[in-house]
Amino acid sequence: MSVAHAAPAVPENLTWQGGSEPLKASYGKLMMWFFLLSDTFTFSALLITYGMIRFSQPAWQGTPDDFYFSTAHWPIPEKVFEAVPFLHGISLPLVFVGIMTFILIASSVTMVLAVEAGHRGDRKDVEKWMLWTIVGGFTFLGSQAWEWTHFIHGPEDLTLAAKQVIDGVITPIEGANLVRNPYGPPAFADLFFFITGFHGTHVFSGVILNILIFFNAATGVYERRGHYEMVEKVGLYWHFVDLVWVFVFTFFYLV
Amino acid sequence: MSTAISHAEEVHTHAHDHEHEHHEPNFIQKYIFSEDHKTIAKQYLIMGILWAFIGGSLSIMFRLQLGFPEMQLEWLRPILGSWIDESGKIDKEFYLALVTMHGTIMVFFVLTAGLSGTFSNFLIPLQIGARDMASGFINMLSFWFFFLSSAIMFSSLFIETGPASGGWVIYPPLSALPQAMPGSGLGMTLWLTSMAFFIVSSLMGGINYICTIINLRTRGMTFTKMPLTIWSFFFTAILGLLSFPVLLSAALLLIFDRSFGTSFYLSEIYIQGQALPNVGGSAILYQHLFWFLGHPEVYIVLLPALGMTSEIIATNARKPIFGYRAMIGSLMGITVLAFIVWAHHMFVTGMNPFLGSVFMFLTLIIAVPSAVKAFNYITTLWKGNLIFTPAMLFSIGLVSLFISGGVTGIILGNSALDINLHDTYFVVAHFHLVMGSASFFGLMAGVYHWFPKMFGRMMNKTLGYIHFWATFVGVYAVFFPMHYTGIAGFPRRYYSFTALGNDGQNAFTDLNQFITVAAILTFSSQAIFFFNFVYSIFKGKKATENPWNSNTLEWTTPVDPGHGNWPGEIPAVYRWPYDYSKPGAESDFIPQHIPFSATPESNLPEENEEIAKEKAIESLLAAQNESYNR
Repeated sequence: MSVAHAAPAVPENLTWQGGSEPLKASYGKLMMWFFLLSDTFTFSALLITYGMIRFSQPAWQGTPDDFYFSTAHWPIPEKVFEAVPFLHGISLPLVFVGIMTFILIASSVTMVLAVEAGHRGDRKDVEKWMLWTIVGGFTFLGSQAWEWTHFIHGPEDLTLAAKQVIDGVITPIEGANLVRNPYGPPAFADLFFFITGFHGTHVFSGVILNILIFFNAATGVYERRGHYEMVEKVGLYWHFVDLVWVFVFTFFYLV
Repeated sequence: MSTAISHAEEVHTHAHDHEHEHHEPNFIQKYIFSEDHKTIAKQYLIMGILWAFIGGSLSIMFRLQLGFPEMQLEWLRPILGSWIDESGKIDKEFYLALVTMHGTIMVFFVLTAGLSGTFSNFLIPLQIGARDMASGFINMLSFWFFFLSSAIMFSSLFIETGPASGGWVIYPPLSALPQAMPGSGLGMTLWLTSMAFFIVSSLMGGINYICTIINLRTRGMTFTKMPLTIWSFFFTAILGLLSFPVLLSAALLLIFDRSFGTSFYLSEIYIQGQALPNVGGSAILYQHLFWFLGHPEVYIVLLPALGMTSEIIATNARKPIFGYRAMIGSLMGITVLAFIVWAHHMFVTGMNPFLGSVFMFLTLIIAVPSAVKAFNYITTLWKGNLIFTPAMLFSIGLVSLFISGGVTGIILGNSALDINLHDTYFVVAHFHLVMGSASFFGLMAGVYHWFPKMFGRMMNKTLGYIHFWATFVGVYAVFFPMHYTGIAGFPRRYYSFTALGNDGQNAFTDLNQFITVAAILTFSSQAIFFFNFVYSIFKGKKATENPWNSNTLEWTTPVDPGHGNWPGEIPAVYRWPYDYSKPGAESDFIPQHIPFSATPESNLPEENEEIAKEKAIESLLAAQNESYNR
């Protein structure tokens, strides 16, 4: 029921005269909006960092078919991210990350439904849709864990990995971490782990928040309070995390 | 759904009950984990003063080295221990730590937290007519995150390898490689950890300030009736909200470079004859990210001081502020420009000269809003009925410092000149006057002016005058000569000067000694303030509700405003805050809560029309009270 927390009726011409909430939003919701604005700058700084380092490195000059992994040029994302669980050995460029993205966006949809149920004061529906959102969040995190594991493991065929020179001997790079990268320059792995990790941390805290909200809704806290605004606030955060993923996805997988 | 409604109503009546019961908070709720904005403001103020003395004493130590390089400092050994080397002088590495920590402490802990933290917290609810901050809990957390950050930074002063030493800007690779200098070891790690908490604290403070100003203004308090202090705190909070996160990103990337082997900022480095494996990063990238915070930061430091000065000057000149809307516009202009001039700190990084000229152009535009502000201060003072309270003197001092430090900003903003003057004492002189001292004067003015409302007592005026003149003369004596040493080529952050052209260092020995002596005297005179501050809290003359005959709402509260600020209804606001010496009026000030219908003798024609709106403003009372019960 939003009746209890709706701003008292203030004539339109007096909204900015003080004594009321001019943007028709409670302070809590405003705070979430401003926090997200701030967080936007955190992610922007990281993506600008990505851009600056990415474009200071040489790109692959030949055709995509001739592409090979080397520390001398930035990898083509389609060549790096082409594996899908249970479909071993089949090249499916960007399919898995597409599924991940779809899951995350679907969880945004279920979040919208939870918020909508909150407006109706329908506790059962809030619980149901929050649960689906939580499931979506965990699925995304699990998929990311798989994606990371695959990336860390490196190319299946070691001869395909980028080479390095150790004591004058040319050897393939085995596995990726923050210092080395079998797919290309180490900076690619650094940025990949840092930025998707930073986003993953956001998703993780979002899931924790969602669980808290689910718990409160299920124990009737919001029903007693008379409104489900907390669902809306956490919903804002959840949509933001999804939106950021769209940018991260674009930068790492599409550009 | 009907049950939900009845539930809601139940909750509602409960909320009312709570309103009327009085829970006397216990000691911990009242003074330590307090959610009252006034207490939190005082906590920030006391922390800021303590930090200022620590930061100031560090500067005295390195000034001793600069003014008297041959001096025996054996007597400092009880405090500094092995940081005094065998020959009885300050250790060279520790000297770098001193300048770094002086900068860090003064910029972040004194002039950001100590200034914004104190006065945004104290004045926003009182001046806009709110019972407290939007979220007292987040406000309390903000202070305690700041406290945690302070504790970490303070502890870094005592570790064996010394605190961070790469300058307050902590440029990599110097700050990224522990083997580069002792201060880049544990000291740097603690610095970064501390700053991460500091950013969290400032974020929580900032969203609270913004949301409080938007949502909790009392009825009648439109944005264009807000005192300029509130406008300045509003823009300061926006600056912090949008620039600190970028420092957070920069710091996180640096932490990864330092501790986890990444190469975001590192590439092709030889250290002690050894090639490091890092390739692909860019040290310049860090500078861009840092100065995207670093430049707005100087306005985060300065704007609150400018806002409070507007208020204090208008009150004590007994005149309306000149150009109220121009003042808001120039604050807004400075806020926008603050984000697009950062690279003027980087003219010598090998930046494309054309790009440099773009940043130079944008930088010089800042002179316009700044000049508008200086002009408006002077025209407000012009032919005013000046009352020289200590706060007024410090405000006028701010205007003086803002101008004399500002004009050198035009010189340094020119890339061609800056390439010559970069990292010399000319720069040190510039920013210490325009940002350091000016903001410090704003802080002092604020303390003297709002002390009666904070502690219910008056500060001693005579001691205030002595403090002002000692500080004002002292600050100029310290920083003005630095223009000369800077032009002569003395580089900043150097331990000693041995090889200037034509033995130039010898020609300036006496000037450097003069600066050091002046610095010691200026710093010592702050003890007068400290004594006055502490003494007046307990033994000062009892204050009245409105000792300065001021117009703003905080002076309508009782001498010691309790939790909730106003014992009865929050007053409504009908007029702007600068009705001083209004022709026709009986007294020389008409507070904001006096309706125009009560002052027919002094109303201007357009103000008589406002009378019709008073009923509508008063009718908002129900909505306003409602907002506190939800």
